[in-house]
Amino acid sequence: MSTAEATGTRTAAPPKGKVSDRKKAERKLAWMLCAPAVIVMLLVTGYPIAYAFYLSLQKFDLRFPDDKEFVGLANYGDVLSSSTWWSDVITTLIITVASVALELVLGMAIALVMHRAIFGRGPVRAAILIPYGIVTVVAAFAWKFAFDPTSGFVFGLPLISDTWQPLNTKGGSLLVIILAEVWKTTPFMALLLLAGLALVPDELHEAAKVDGASTIQRFFRITLPLMRPAILVALLFRTLDAFRIFDTPFIIQPGGALGTETVSILGYNILINRVNLGLGSAVSILIFICVILIATLFVKGLGTSTAQQRGEV
Amino acid sequence: MEQHTNKERLLWTIGILVVLLYALIPVMWIASLSFKTPAEVGDGKFFSGFSTDNYEVIFNDDTFLAALINSIGIASIATLISIVLAAMAAYALSRLDFAGKAVILSGALAVAMFPPISIVGSLFDMWRAIGLYDTWPGLIIPYMTFTLPLAIYTLSAFFREIPWELEQAAQVDGATPFQAFRKVIVPLAAPGVFTAAILVFIFAWNDFIFANTLTSTDAARTVPAALAFFTGASQFEQPIGAISAAAVVVTVPIIIMVLIFQRRIVAGLTAGAVKG
Repeated sequence: MSTAEATGTRTAAPPKGKVSDRKKAERKLAWMLCAPAVIVMLLVTGYPIAYAFYLSLQKFDLRFPDDKEFVGLANYGDVLSSSTWWSDVITTLIITVASVALELVLGMAIALVMHRAIFGRGPVRAAILIPYGIVTVVAAFAWKFAFDPTSGFVFGLPLISDTWQPLNTKGGSLLVIILAEVWKTTPFMALLLLAGLALVPDELHEAAKVDGASTIQRFFRITLPLMRPAILVALLFRTLDAFRIFDTPFIIQPGGALGTETVSILGYNILINRVNLGLGSAVSILIFICVILIATLFVKGLGTSTAQQRGEV
Repeated sequence: MEQHTNKERLLWTIGILVVLLYALIPVMWIASLSFKTPAEVGDGKFFSGFSTDNYEVIFNDDTFLAALINSIGIASIATLISIVLAAMAAYALSRLDFAGKAVILSGALAVAMFPPISIVGSLFDMWRAIGLYDTWPGLIIPYMTFTLPLAIYTLSAFFREIPWELEQAAQVDGATPFQAFRKVIVPLAAPGVFTAAILVFIFAWNDFIFANTLTSTDAARTVPAALAFFTGASQFEQPIGAISAAAVVVTVPIIIMVLIFQRRIVAGLTAGAVKG
């Protein structure tokens, strides 16, 4: 983006007249080329979200469509005062925080292996792209079937009790959901972190080595601070993604059974199963607001961290 | 070449093996289940059986075949539309100079972060009213919410790397603008466009939430949704073998594509994200 601005000021400098005509034509062409994509994006997101907001202000149950009436913010009141919403928010946050934290650690380990490997880089890259390419629903089935007493293999492993039935408890189900999510999305995290690692100059490591810094010191004092923007971007992407989690819990505990209901599953249950579009749309809009809040927090963090880095250099 | 001690080599070998096992065990498990007979499903062993019964079941199942066709058709059309629209936008974003670039890029990013559940309800209501419920366009349209931003980001990143001066150089050498574009720019841009198309296809192929909520029959239900509602002899029993076989069928083509184009896919994934 900074290069674009730089060339922009450079081309704006020459005298006006012909150049500015050409610039005008260029601008027009640019907008014509961007217009279809921009219009489609606005139509497919802006219109439905506006309509969802409208629906959220109505009492509107498809089983009784004639009772539709404007109720203001009553649906929001109903959602926010229900214990289900709050327990689902907590479940979603547990899954989000646990899976993103695990992914960060594992992803960093895999990125370091790929970055510093003296051999075998190709097979590692190929292998980690497999979870990435797999359909989330398939990945969820793979983990469910691995922990299911009728088809699983984990019970044959040492240190694991034969009578353990994780899918019969809330904690166990959440664990399987988190494992499936971590398995599927760590590759993406690892690739983003690998790109960040490549930006850390080798000379700094060499200099620190000469000064007698250990590998661990170098990792925490050089690599991590320099990777802060890359880590924040990766965390932003993954946190927002994890907060919207739907596919994995839907397969592992259908319907959000045993207290595994996430906010997206709650929205689905109200909108599609109970066809209560008014109440369900209030949930939809609240999830949308949560996502905006999370994104804002990260973007602020990202802004300060890049500013700090610029200040230091 | 640096010298490496045996200890270092051993450590790296262990590290690499751990990563390989991590990535492969769940895949191997579902593949292994797909070859088991009902009697072997509960034995907890990897590749204890080599029966192809489950594959016969799913390839004789009209619901699965319809879902496979729906998935291929819907994901391909969504990919084609978003790549065409995104290529035009990405060309402008990476090559032309105009105000509003930052707005479009951050707008696309915002759309990419959009929670699908937030629009599922209104789409459900609208699609039933205008007859798009349970149709191909009814899924292709909402797929644009995630395919378009992804395509715009990856394509702009790839287009930024193209040495556009070559186009002028070719024209100076006597090529017409069209020749210069077709013979110089198209071959340079093609690999990036192809990679972006693969990534977008994978995302569309992966969708579950829209497919689950906006379809109800074989007319438009895609494989992930069909898998979730697959039932065996009794309605409450999941046919583990058949689901595993279907899972393998939809996974193998993607894995082959990903492995063939792994270098470019890694470049596309990270370029899009890091520059954003």
